[in-house]
Amino acid sequence: MDLNLLWYLVPSVVMFACGVYGFVTRKNMIAILISLELMLNSADLNFAIFNRFLFPGSMEGMVFTLFAIAIAAAETAIAIAIIINIYRAVGSTNVLESNKMKH
Amino acid sequence: MDYSQFGAMMPELIILGIFLLVFLFDTFTPDNGKKFLTPFTTVLFLLGTVAIWIVPGCSESVFGGMYVDSPACKAMKCILNVGVFICMLEAAKWVETDMVIIRKGEFYELLLVTLFGMYLMISARHFLLFIIGLESASLPIAALVAFNKHKYESHEAAIKYILTAVFSSAILLMGLSFVYALSGGSLYFSDIAASFNGGMMSTMLLVALAFVLAGIGFKLSLVPFHLWTGDVYQGAPTAVTAYLSVVSKGAAAFAFFVIFVQVFGQVYSQAWEWMLYAVIIATITVGNLFAMRQKNMKRFMAFSSVSQAGYIMLGVMAADTLGLASMMFYILVYVVSNLGAFAIISMIEDRTGLVSMDDYKGLHKTNPYIAVAMTLAMFSLAGIPPFAGFFSKILIFTSVTGSNSMALYMLVLIALINTIISLYYYLLVVKAMWISADEPKIQSFGTGACEKVALTLCVGGILLLGLVSCVYQWLVNVVGETFILPGLN
Repeated sequence: MDLNLLWYLVPSVVMFACGVYGFVTRKNMIAILISLELMLNSADLNFAIFNRFLFPGSMEGMVFTLFAIAIAAAETAIAIAIIINIYRAVGSTNVLESNKMKH
Repeated sequence: MDYSQFGAMMPELIILGIFLLVFLFDTFTPDNGKKFLTPFTTVLFLLGTVAIWIVPGCSESVFGGMYVDSPACKAMKCILNVGVFICMLEAAKWVETDMVIIRKGEFYELLLVTLFGMYLMISARHFLLFIIGLESASLPIAALVAFNKHKYESHEAAIKYILTAVFSSAILLMGLSFVYALSGGSLYFSDIAASFNGGMMSTMLLVALAFVLAGIGFKLSLVPFHLWTGDVYQGAPTAVTAYLSVVSKGAAAFAFFVIFVQVFGQVYSQAWEWMLYAVIIATITVGNLFAMRQKNMKRFMAFSSVSQAGYIMLGVMAADTLGLASMMFYILVYVVSNLGAFAIISMIEDRTGLVSMDDYKGLHKTNPYIAVAMTLAMFSLAGIPPFAGFFSKILIFTSVTGSNSMALYMLVLIALINTIISLYYYLLVVKAMWISADEPKIQSFGTGACEKVALTLCVGGILLLGLVSCVYQWLVNVVGETFILPGLN
C-alpha cells in the first residue's frame, strides 16, 4: 500500500476537529487543556507531513514543529499553574464554578 | 556564524539588558534596598527608550531576512515604550500594597519580557520568529493577570485568558501550516508573498487566511473573537488591564498589518478584503452595543477597547503607507487616552475599592482635577474636537477612503455612525461625574508623584498630539521612507 499525504492529513484534521469539539463541550479544565493539546499537536503534525511530502529538500517545517512543541509545553505549564491556583481557591476544576464575575 | 548580526537587534538587546539588570537588582539587593526597585526600573526604562530613540536605525535585515529593524518598526517600538512607561508609573502605587510588595520585582520582569516578545512580533519577517514573539508576549501576561493572588477574580480571569490564548495560537498554527503548504516550502514573509504572485486563489488559501485572521483576531479581541475580553479585563489587576488594553493590542495590530499586507497583499481583493470588512463592522458595532450596558468601569473600558480595535483595523483595510501611518498615530493617541482613563480608575480603586460607574457620581465636588482629566480622556476616546482622538479618527477615515471605492465609503459611514453611538456611553461617565446631583461617594484624596506624572503625560498627549501636526507628519515620513509595501491586487 502506498502511503501518500492524505493518509496523514486526514487524521491530523480529524484530531484538530476533536480538539475543537472537546474545547467547547468539556467542563473540566484539565480536559479542556488536553483538547487544546490535541489541536496544537495536529498543527505540528501538519507542518511535519507537509515538509516530508511536499518539500523533502528542506527542513523548515520540521524545525518549526520542534519550536512549536516547546512553546506548547510552556503554555501547558502556565495553564496548569493557574488551574492549581483555582483549585485551591474554589476546590474544583469545573469551569461552571468559575463564573463568579458580573455580566 | 556572524555574531555581529545581533548588533542590528539593538532595541531587543536594550530591553533584554534592562530585564537582566532589574532581575539582578531584585535578586541581590538586601531588603532595605528593595524600595528603590520601582525608581530604578522606571529610570532605566526611560533611559532605554531614549537610547532606542536616538541610536540610528540601520534599516537592514539580518539572519537572512528573518529580522528587520526599519525606522517604521522602531517608531512603533517607541510608541509601545511610551505606553509601558505610563503603565509603570500608574502601577507604582499598586506594587507597594501589602499583598504585592514582595513580588513587585516579578511584575516588572514579566512586563519587560512581554515587551521583548512584542518587539520580536513587530520586527519578525519569518513566521517562526513571529510565533516565538507572539507566545513570549502572551504567556507572561497570563501570569500577570493572575497577579492578585488573594483575589478570586484574578484567577478566573487568568484561566479564561490562558485557555483562549492557547486556543487562538492553535488555530493560528493550523492556519500557518496551510500557508506553509501553499508557499513552496518557506516561512519567510517575502518568499510566501512571492509565491502568491499572480493572485493564485484556492479554497485552501481561504481557509488558511480565515484561520490566521481568527488567530490574530483573538489577540486583538476582534468580534467574534472578543468573548474573553470583558471577564479578563474585569478580573485582572487594573495596572495589567491597562497594559493589556493598549500595549498588547498595539503590537498585535502592527504585526497584523505587516502579515496581511506584506504576506497576503497579493490576494487582497480576492481573499481578505471582505473578511476584514465584515469583522470591522461587527467589531465596532458589537463593542459599542455591549459597552452601553456596562456599569463596572473596567468592563466598560473592555468593551470600549473592543470597539476601538475595530477603528484601528481600518488602517489595515487601507493597506498602504498612509494607512499604516494613521494606524500608528491612532495607536499613539489611543495609548494616551486609554491610559489616562485607566490611571484614574486604578487611583480610585486603590484608595476606595470602588469601580462602578455609579460611584463616580459627583466626583467633581471632591476631586475636580481628576474629574477634568477623566473628562478629557473620555472626550478623546469619543473623538470630540479639538482633542487628539478627533484627529486620529479623521486621519484613519481619510486613509481608508483614499481609493475612492464605494464599499469603503460605506464602511467609513458605518464607523461614523458608531462614533456617534459611542458618544452616548462615554458621556455617561462625564454625566455621572459632573451633572449628577447625588452626594459624592469618593472622598477627596491626594495623588502621588508618579500618578501626577502619568496623568500629566496623558493629558498633555490628549491636548497636544492632534494640534501639533508634526507628529503625524513625522510618522508619515518614517513609514513612507522605509516601509516598502508590495503592490496590492
